[in-house]
Amino acid sequence: MFSRDRWQEIFETIRKNKLRTFLSGFTVALGIFIFVMLFGLGNGLKNSFAEFFMDESTNALFLYPGKTTKAYKGFKKDRRIEFDNSDLADIKLNFPFYLEDITPRISRSAQVKYKNESDNYSTRGVSPAHRETENTVMMSGRFLNHRDLKEQSKVVVIGRLVAQDLFKNENPLGKFLDIGSVMFRVVGVFQDSGGDREERIIYLPYTTRQRIEKNNDKLDQIIVTFPPRVGHVGSLAFEKKLRLFLKKKKSIDPTDSGGIFINNAADNFKRNQQFANVLQIIVTFVGLGTLIAGIIGISNIMVFVVKERTKELGIRKALGATPRSVIQLILQESIFITLISGYAGMILGIILLKNIGVTLEDFFIKNPYIDNITAFWATFILVVFGAIAGYIPAKRAARIKPIIALRDE
Amino acid sequence: MIKINDLHKSYKMGNSSLHVLKGIDFEVAEGELVAIMGSSGSGKSTLLNIIGMLDIANSGVYELDEVPIKDLDETKAAQYRNKFLGFVFQSFNLINYKSALENVALPLYYQGIKRKERQQKSLDYLEKVGLKDWATHLPNELSGGQKQRVAIARALASQPKVLLADEPTGALDTTTSYEVMDLIQKINEEGKTILVVTHEHDIAKMCKRIVTLKDGVIVQDKKVNQELASKYV
Repeated sequence: MFSRDRWQEIFETIRKNKLRTFLSGFTVALGIFIFVMLFGLGNGLKNSFAEFFMDESTNALFLYPGKTTKAYKGFKKDRRIEFDNSDLADIKLNFPFYLEDITPRISRSAQVKYKNESDNYSTRGVSPAHRETENTVMMSGRFLNHRDLKEQSKVVVIGRLVAQDLFKNENPLGKFLDIGSVMFRVVGVFQDSGGDREERIIYLPYTTRQRIEKNNDKLDQIIVTFPPRVGHVGSLAFEKKLRLFLKKKKSIDPTDSGGIFINNAADNFKRNQQFANVLQIIVTFVGLGTLIAGIIGISNIMVFVVKERTKELGIRKALGATPRSVIQLILQESIFITLISGYAGMILGIILLKNIGVTLEDFFIKNPYIDNITAFWATFILVVFGAIAGYIPAKRAARIKPIIALRDE
Repeated sequence: MIKINDLHKSYKMGNSSLHVLKGIDFEVAEGELVAIMGSSGSGKSTLLNIIGMLDIANSGVYELDEVPIKDLDETKAAQYRNKFLGFVFQSFNLINYKSALENVALPLYYQGIKRKERQQKSLDYLEKVGLKDWATHLPNELSGGQKQRVAIARALASQPKVLLADEPTGALDTTTSYEVMDLIQKINEEGKTILVVTHEHDIAKMCKRIVTLKDGVIVQDKKVNQELASKYV
C-alpha cells in the first residue's frame, strides 16, 4: 500500500490524465461542496426558526378570559368573562406548590409622542414578574418594580426600537413620553430576541393603566409561571386545576369549553420543537440526497475510467500485472483523488458558508454552519463509496482475460 | 524450450462449440526462430495465446522451459508471463500516456526492480533497438516502425525465455517490416527463442522454421533457409 514505486506510478498516471483526474475530482468536490452548503443553509433556517419562536419562557401558562358557551347557575350563555385583581390574589393563595410567579397583562395601543416624533405603539400594563416570562433583557436603566406597582407610578420601560425611533441619539432615560396624553418617565430600555415587533413594545405598571382607565381592576390576561421541577406533566395538571378553580370562581359550567382559555407555553414549545425536528429531517434528507447523487456521480466516473483503461490494464496484465496489483492501482488512485478533492470541496464549502452568513439574514437564514464532524463523515462516506464504486469495475477489469482486453482495436 | 502435446481448444458459441485447435503436437528448441503460418481462422493466434498464457487450453500438455503450465489462476499466469514471456503485438499496444522509456520499464516494474535500475535497463534496451534518443517521447510522437521497436525493447526488457510476436509487421509497410524483421533476426542470433505468427510469406521466409496450420491442425512443419532481412534494408 505504501510502496514508493506504486505512488510514483499513480502520480504519473494522475499527471498524464489530467482531464480524467479533474472529472472525478470535480464530481467529488462538487458533491461535498453542495452537501456542506445545503446542510449549512438548512441549519441557518433552523436558527432563524428558533429565534422567531423560541424566545418565550417555556414554563408559563397564558390565561385568557372569553365568552361562555353554556348557561350555568342562572347565568345565560355567551356571557363575557373578565379577569380582575382578585384573581391574581386568589391564584397566589391557592397554588403555592405550582406557582413561581404571576403577572397580569393589559394590552392597549396608544399614540406616543416625544418632541416632534410620534408613532403608534402597543403598551402593556404588567407586573415586574413579566420580565421572566418574555425573557426581556435590559439594555439600560431598570425594569418595573413593586414600588411602581404600589404607587401607580407613571413610569415606562421601552423597547430598543421605540428608543431608536423616538429619541434618535438622545439618552431616553429620565425623559418624559406622552402616551395617550399622559406623561410617563422612561426608566429603562430593553431588548428582546423575539424580533422587531417585540422591541416596539412599551411596558408600564398595570396598576397605573388601571388608574388611568377610571380606576378599574380589570385585567386582559394573566400569565403564571411555574418552577422547572413541575415539568411538562406537572404543568398539565396545574393547567387543569387552574381551569377548574377559575371556572368555579366565575361560575362557569365545568364542562364548558369556553369562558377560560389557557395556553401552555410548554405545549407551544413542544410543537415548535416538533416543527424544528421536521425541518431537521428535511435538512438531513436533502443532505443525504446530495450525498447519494455525489456517490452516483463518482460511481459513473469510476465505471467510465475503468472502461477507458481496459486496454491499458490488458497490456499491464500481459506484461505481468497480477489482478491484485491492477485493483490496487485503480483503487489507490481513486481514493487518493476523492480524498484530496473531497477535502478541498469540504473546506471550500465551510469557508463560503462562514462568509455568506451575514448576507442571508434577510432570507431567514441565520448563522448557517455545519459542524466539523458531520462534514468529516460526509466526506468520509463519499470517499468510501467512491472506493467501492471503483472497486467493482476494477475487480471486473482485473478478471478480464488480457486477450479480450487487448482485442478492441 | 516449448513442448506441446495433443492440445485442444474450443470456444463455446451459445449451444454449439467451435473447435479451434484439434490436437496440436509441437516442440520448439532453444534459440529457434519459428514462423507460424495459416489463413485467418486456422487457429494460429489461438495457439500463440495459449503459449503466451493469455488463454487456456481445454486439454493437452504444455511445458515451458520444463515447467508444466497447468491449473493457472490469473495471478500465477501473470507471474509466469512476466518471468517467461515477452509479447510483441500487431497494434504495438504501448501505453499512450507513458514515454518510450516508461513503456519499456513497465514489465520491470512488475518484476519489482528498483526505479533507478529499471530506468538504466530500459535505456539499454532502447539503445539496442536504436531508439535511445527517443526515450522521452510519447508513442504518438513515434512512427509505426519505431513503436514496434519500442514494443520489442519492452518485450526483451524482462529477459524472457521466449519472445512471442503476433503479426509484428501486420501494421507496417514493407520497408519498415523488413527493418523490424532484421531486428528480430538479430535478437534471435543472440540466442533468444522467438515465435512469429504471420500470414505473409516473405516474413515467414525470414524465420528458420515454418509451421503451417489449417483448420486447427498442423499440416506442415519444415525448416527453411533463412533469408536475411538486412539485405532489403
